[in-house]
Amino acid sequence: MKILVCISHVPDTTSKINFTEGDTKFDTNGVQFVINPNDEFGLTRAMWFKEKQGASVDVVNVGGAETEPTLRKALAIGADKAIRVNAAATDGFFVAKQLAAVVKDGGYDLVIAGRESIDYNGGMVPGMLAELTGANFVNTCIGLEIDGTSATAVREIDGGKETSKTSLPLVIGGQKGLVEETDLRIPNMRGIMMARKKPLNVIDPVDAAKETTAVKFEKPAPRGAVKLVDAGNIDELINLLHNEAKVI
Amino acid sequence: MSVLVYTESDQGKLKKAAFEVASYAKEVANQLGTTVTAVTINADNTAELGNYGVDKILNVSADALKDFNAKAYASTLHQAAAKEDTNVVIISSSADSKTLAPILAVNLNAGYASNVVAAPSSTSPFTVKRTAFTNKAFNMTEINSDVKIIGVSNNAFGLVENEGAAAAEAFSPNLDDSLFGVKVDSVDKVTGKVTIADADVVVSAGRGLKGPENWGMVEELADVLGAATACSKPVSDLGWRPHGEHVGQTGKPVASNLYIAIGISGAIQHLAGINASKVKVVINTDPEAPFFKAADYGVVGDAFEVVPQLIEKLKEFKANNA
Ligand SMILES: Cc1cc2nc3c(=O)[nH]c(=O)nc-3n(C[C@H](O)[C@H](O)[C@H](O)COP(=O)(O)OP(=O)(O)OC[C@H]3O[C@@H](n4cnc5c(N)ncnc54)[C@H](O)[C@@H]3O)c2cc1C
Repeated sequence: MKILVCISHVPDTTSKINFTEGDTKFDTNGVQFVINPNDEFGLTRAMWFKEKQGASVDVVNVGGAETEPTLRKALAIGADKAIRVNAAATDGFFVAKQLAAVVKDGGYDLVIAGRESIDYNGGMVPGMLAELTGANFVNTCIGLEIDGTSATAVREIDGGKETSKTSLPLVIGGQKGLVEETDLRIPNMRGIMMARKKPLNVIDPVDAAKETTAVKFEKPAPRGAVKLVDAGNIDELINLLHNEAKVI
Repeated sequence: MSVLVYTESDQGKLKKAAFEVASYAKEVANQLGTTVTAVTINADNTAELGNYGVDKILNVSADALKDFNAKAYASTLHQAAAKEDTNVVIISSSADSKTLAPILAVNLNAGYASNVVAAPSSTSPFTVKRTAFTNKAFNMTEINSDVKIIGVSNNAFGLVENEGAAAAEAFSPNLDDSLFGVKVDSVDKVTGKVTIADADVVVSAGRGLKGPENWGMVEELADVLGAATACSKPVSDLGWRPHGEHVGQTGKPVASNLYIAIGISGAIQHLAGINASKVKVVINTDPEAPFFKAADYGVVGDAFEVVPQLIEKLKEFKANNA
């Protein structure tokens, strides 16, 4: 089985979010970048398939040279090969088209992407990629078993979960649950050494229109200080929620 | 050329979010000087959509669509869009809508903006405001393509009544076998309970509750408020509550009108998932808990004393305001 894991390079959750150039660009100053958490669960599941059932695992990112340390980290965790499509990832549809070209070229059976990336939170790429490549698609995937070319997938739905049967080629939008957090891997020294020797191929993007453009960013208005209510005066809390906030 | 809106139902009943996306579609239609056509799938009593500005309803009733299927649902909307000569499609932020929208975007070669929190600020260029960086910022996005798909965040636009009568007609999409490559085997869903995604009010509790045996009062509070229950990550990791209740960056997103956090510290990963909620109330023994910085109302106090009181007082309040 040939597996491709899509890796988004995102600011660590605890990063301060600021913008530059008249609020048109994300300020990367002092920001630590990591593998998108949803992708990390997917990568670990891919490692499981590789070790338990035999599979090759490639990782791919659409982005500039600055994303290479993130791809090297994925190699250190155990991926066999990395691909970087040399283009700025500014629109979900554009990214999906780049990834579709990589999938078609590499003949992958299973593509694992994250449900969404924690920077733009678009949640667009996995579904678009599935449709562009004609693969089956399971989103918000919290469980995946593969037997030959058949797959059983569990997805989270509003208010519960759903199990379905499908087949390869398959694209999933994965998240926590694909593996437990305690199973996530931290690269060890040997992995890091080996990662340096693994291939990281840089390829040119294919032609694709950008359907959307992020023109400007804004931070939420600073919020007023919390109104504290005395623990002995719960009537006041109810009064505020009813008359001021108008939520009850 | 009307604005097309997918109005979702659950077990035949239109969801509250369906009326919200209909309200949003009406606003877009007003801006564009056109009408609204809603698509429903296996829903009963769809006439009420007329109260929220829908002019025409395409009712799809098909056994093949009994279970959600992303490709088949997307294809249904694609065919409806073609019939109505639509160039703007509005959908909600439910798990299903967020799953079918990217497929529909490819089918229609449309730019798709998800997590939209306000009416378009301009229709030329078509510009919408979306959340980004897990609710730590907003992003003004221009959609450049001819056809546009907008995914509206829950509770962001609200319900707007626009009295009118909607003309309903049956619509039968062509559903090819090739659309059904994913077949639902079983669904494991809590019924009769408000889900986190649809809830107006969410009552959430964290490790401060000390153990699963103490969740009775959380459920009772949720009951009084008609709320969904949720929890912080360690609580679901410890197995005190089901995984589906875990909210936050790695859990479910919450966009309720009221979020009550009991015994939750307010770590950044938790806040990332709940920041889209409008009014936040925090109950915590520790006045230094970071959650107080993100909250609108706070009670510094012991949950075991505050919550039972809150339940009693709310019951009284409800009795007096019934
Ligand atoms: C990559 C990553 C992703 C994460 N994703 C998430 C996520 O999605 N969601 C999430 O929730 N967390 C997430 N976390 C974990 C997060 O950082 C916090 O650890 C977690 O939110 C803390 O949960 P808690 O507030 O319930 O517990 P604690 O931190 O233990 O806090 C309990 C709180 O309860 C208060 N308390 C104690 N007793 C009482 C009482 N009797 N009455 C009232 N208050 C009381 C305490 O003062 C304290 O503030 C993530 C962490 C990482 C590293």
